[in-house]
Amino acid sequence: MTTVVERSLPRWGGFSLGMIGLELRRMVRNRRTVVFTVVMPPVFYLLFGSSASYRSERLDGGGNVAGYVLVSMAVYGAMLATTSGGAMVSVERAAGWSRQLRLTPLLPGAYIAVKLVLAMIVGAVSVLVALVVGAFTGAELPAAAWVECGLLAWVCALVFAAFGLFMGYLLPSENVLQILGPVLAVLSFAGGLFVPVDQLGSTFARIAAFTPVYGVGQIARYPLTHEGNLWLAALSVVVWTAVFSVGAMWRFRRDTARV
Amino acid sequence: MTERMAVELDGVVKRFGAVTAVDGVSLAIRPGEVVALLGPNGAGKTSTVDMVLGLSEPSQGSVRVYGRAPREAVALGLVSAVMQSGGLLKDYTVGETVRLTAVLFGRPRERVEAVLERAGIADIRDRLVGKCSGGQQQRLRFAMALLPDPELLILDEPTTGMDVSGRHDFWSAIREDARSGRTVIFATHYLEEADAYADRVVFVRRGRVVADGTAAEVKALASGRTVRATLPGAVEQEAALRAMAGVDSVEVRGDSVLVHAKDTDEVARYLLTRTAARDLEIVARNLEQAFIALTSDEVTA
Repeated sequence: MTTVVERSLPRWGGFSLGMIGLELRRMVRNRRTVVFTVVMPPVFYLLFGSSASYRSERLDGGGNVAGYVLVSMAVYGAMLATTSGGAMVSVERAAGWSRQLRLTPLLPGAYIAVKLVLAMIVGAVSVLVALVVGAFTGAELPAAAWVECGLLAWVCALVFAAFGLFMGYLLPSENVLQILGPVLAVLSFAGGLFVPVDQLGSTFARIAAFTPVYGVGQIARYPLTHEGNLWLAALSVVVWTAVFSVGAMWRFRRDTARV
Repeated sequence: MTERMAVELDGVVKRFGAVTAVDGVSLAIRPGEVVALLGPNGAGKTSTVDMVLGLSEPSQGSVRVYGRAPREAVALGLVSAVMQSGGLLKDYTVGETVRLTAVLFGRPRERVEAVLERAGIADIRDRLVGKCSGGQQQRLRFAMALLPDPELLILDEPTTGMDVSGRHDFWSAIREDARSGRTVIFATHYLEEADAYADRVVFVRRGRVVADGTAAEVKALASGRTVRATLPGAVEQEAALRAMAGVDSVEVRGDSVLVHAKDTDEVARYLLTRTAARDLEIVARNLEQAFIALTSDEVTA
C-alpha cells in the first residue's frame, strides 16, 4: 500500500461520546421505545393518580397523594426506560450487529458501558418528563422531595439497566420488549408501585418485599414518606443489581465465546 | 521467513462438538494476493474466515494476521470483512452506520465521505438501512470494511442474493480497490467468481485444502488438461506418450492425438521437439468441471 496508515487503538476500548450520540439518535427514532418509556408513565399518572380526591388528600410529610403516585410512576418510567435501554442488545444480537461490532476495536466492556449510559440517559428523560407533567397537573411534593425523589428513582433504576442487559442476552427475540412489558407490569404491581403493598394483605406484603421493584420504590418515595426501613430497601436494590449483573455477565461471556 | 505473510494458518483445526469444520488447514497468503476460498457449502470456508477475523478461536493450530493475533489485527484495522448477511441495524441511516464505524476506529469525518464515495452509496447516505436493497446493503458493508483502510479485506460469500448487475457492480468496485495493492480473500461457491477475480484459488472441501494454485493450475490439478495435436503416424507414438509421467490417457484418432495429462507442458514439449506434431493446442476444463471432479467422491464416498 502506498499510503501509510497510522494504526492505533482507540481510547477507553472504543467508549466515546460520538457513539453515544449516534445511538441516542437511533433510539429516539424508534417510536415504540419513545412511547413506552417517555409517554406511558405520565399517561398512567394522569389516568390513575391525578383525580380530584388524590389531589386534595394530604400526606403527613407534605405533598399530596397525587404526588405519591407520581413518584411511583416516575420509578415505573425509569424502570421501563433503563430496561429497554439494556434490552437493546437483544435486537442487536438478532440482527448480527454485535458480531459486526466485533470487527471493530470496540471492547465488549465498552459496549456494555455505552448501553448502560444510554439506558440511564433515557431513564433521566423519562423521570424528568413524568415530574414535569405531574407538577403541572396537581401533584404536590415538598420542594426538596422533587429533586430527591427524582434523583433516587433515576439512580435506583440502574437495577433495571442490569435487568434489561440480562434479558437482552437471555432472550433471543427481536421483540424482547413485548415480553418484558408485561413482566415489568407484574413486577411493579408486586413491588407496590401501582398499589401500596400493605393494601394487599400481610402475606403478600411479606413476599413483595423480596421482589426487585420493592426496594427501588421504597427508596424513591422515602424523601416524601420517611417510611419503612431504608437499609433493607437499599439491601434489596444492591442484591438485585448484583443478581442481574452476574446474570448479564454470565450470558455475555457465553455470547462472546460463541459468536 | 523472508517476507511477512498477510495470513498464516498453521495446522488449524476447528471443532464444534463432534463436528470437525476445519480439519488441519495450513495456508500462507502473501500481501497483495487476491485469493478465492472456493468450496461447496459446509466445506469450512466460513469457519476459516471466522478464525482469521478473531470471531472464533481454533481448537488446534495457530492463526496469525500480519504477524499478529487476529483480534489485535482487527482492532488495529489491519483486516476487515464484508460478511455474508446481517450485521446492520435497520433504524440507522447509511451515513450514520458508516459514521459510527469511523467513530469506533477513531478516523476523521473525511474518511466517511471517502468510503461512501468509493462504495458508490454517497447518494443514499440519508436512507434508512432497512429501506436499502440487498445490493445497497452489501455496498454499505463494503464501505464499512474500507473505513479503516485495511491491508487485508475478507469477503465471505459477498454476492449471495445479489442479481447479476448487482454482482457485476460489486466486483467492479472490489477490482478497482484491489488495484491499490490490498490483499483480498474471498470465500465463494460461485466458480465463475473465483475464476474471474482471483489470482489464486484455494479449494476447500470437508475442512481440508484439496487444491491450491492459480485458477489454471487448480483446474489442471483437478482434472488435468488435454493436449490435442495433428501427428501423422500417431499410433507409433502412442506407447511412448502413455509411458510419460502424469499422462492419464492417450487417444489416437487417425492423424490426431489427444493426450489427457496432469502435466501437459511436458507432453507438449515432447510432441513439439521429438515428433512431427503440429497444430498443437492445450485445452483446460473450466473451473466448474474441476469443481465437480474435486468434489465428486463426496457422492461415492
